[in-house]
Amino acid sequence: MTPAPRPLSVETTLRVVVDRDRCCGAGNCVLTAPEVFDQDDADGLVLLRDPAPRDALRERVQRAVDLCPTDAIRFD
Amino acid sequence: MTQSTETTLPLWPPVNSARGPFTPLDDAERQRYFGPVTRVLLPTGITAWLVSRHTEVRQLLRHPAFSSDLTRPGFPLLRPLPPEATRDLRGAFLQMDGAAHTRLRRMLTAEFMIKNVRRIEPLIHRTIDEALTDLAAAGPPADLVSTVALPVPSKVICHLLGVPYADHDFFQSRSRRLLDRRVPPEQLQQAAQELRAYLRSLIDTKRARPDDGEDLLSRLIRERVEPGELVVDELVGMALLLLIAGHETTANMLGLSVLLLTRHPGRYALLRDRPDLAPGMVDELLRYLSIVRTGLFRVATEDVEIGGRSIRAGEGVIALIALANRDAEVFDDPDGFDPYREAHQHLAFGFGVHQCIGQPLARAELRIAMVELARRFPGLRVTAEPQELTTRDHSIVFGLDRLPVTW
Repeated sequence: MTPAPRPLSVETTLRVVVDRDRCCGAGNCVLTAPEVFDQDDADGLVLLRDPAPRDALRERVQRAVDLCPTDAIRFD
Repeated sequence: MTQSTETTLPLWPPVNSARGPFTPLDDAERQRYFGPVTRVLLPTGITAWLVSRHTEVRQLLRHPAFSSDLTRPGFPLLRPLPPEATRDLRGAFLQMDGAAHTRLRRMLTAEFMIKNVRRIEPLIHRTIDEALTDLAAAGPPADLVSTVALPVPSKVICHLLGVPYADHDFFQSRSRRLLDRRVPPEQLQQAAQELRAYLRSLIDTKRARPDDGEDLLSRLIRERVEPGELVVDELVGMALLLLIAGHETTANMLGLSVLLLTRHPGRYALLRDRPDLAPGMVDELLRYLSIVRTGLFRVATEDVEIGGRSIRAGEGVIALIALANRDAEVFDDPDGFDPYREAHQHLAFGFGVHQCIGQPLARAELRIAMVELARRFPGLRVTAEPQELTTRDHSIVFGLDRLPVTW
């Protein structure tokens, strides 16, 4: 079911946290949601470009959570 | 753990070339092996648990209580280990756990990250263009494996590492031996030693000319070895792993992918007409072909429950990614190849801390090679039936020895 449209001004955002100690740098998250995740030039480990992505990215961030091989990404 | 009563257990891996290149296990074999947890007997006489469903394979490969250290008692070895005095596992981080593994892997993660692979795409393109020119010059007909599938990833990894491609006969023959389960331990050991000696001497040469190279090995020498963070023999082991993993896997994927896609001309043409679909098709190819068919091997370091079964510390487990990638709970019509499928949940690169570090490179090589091949050779077809081709049934990495094509 399509959710009811919300006014732009109160668009909900997601809260995403990453754990660089767990990250193995495989890059699935960057491939899946490049607006939200990046890899550090120095060590290739995950960097959060946007810790509060807009709700429209929910599906892809969820996919990045599912695909992460080391469980290094979660919704807060 | 071997007992005479266990000789009735099903043997793993089953060799059965009659099933053809696209069927990891036939129906009868699946009856025997597919399930949350199944007990099997390995050629070494060791027993192990086979785990083949998507959920349990993910759980197992991400679980900290499973070790990749093949020297641990109970490890599910397919071949006997060489004697301790002659084996050298320094730098072999695929066989390490915890902090020792993390330390070495993290020296490489930035090298293979997506944006760096994007930077070298022109090199990949050039290498593929050259190989396709070689293919055109060689035929028709020609062998696609020796002209394109093997040289492309081999040249790219050589370029990245700073290994002279001119030596490819030497390292390709030995790396093929290392992956062949029929090779006796002493020959295996010899192949490993020859490759190590070769890489060691290459690294020594690079160390003598420290400012010369912008390749990965030169960089690791400057940034890790010289400051004392990394021992040369560890670098040798890392280079060995990257060299083998860097070409055998993609080479076998390429050969099988061409065989699969050209069987249905519409699918092959799709690569040319809809290159935007190519990244998704690559993931579906990875899922469907799952070339690491003997599975990924671990040993439990504590008692763990997987798939409702208690696995005891010291027992071996095998994660069957090829069957997990055909799990109907996750993939609709799992035995069908669907170029439009979103196959991103596949486990062809493994899962957990050891998941393939080179996957952005593999994806780029496969995508560019397949699209360019379809563009330059729109009429390409294989001149043998899949059943007539020699498959690598005894290799750790499944694939084709040759692929005769015409156009």
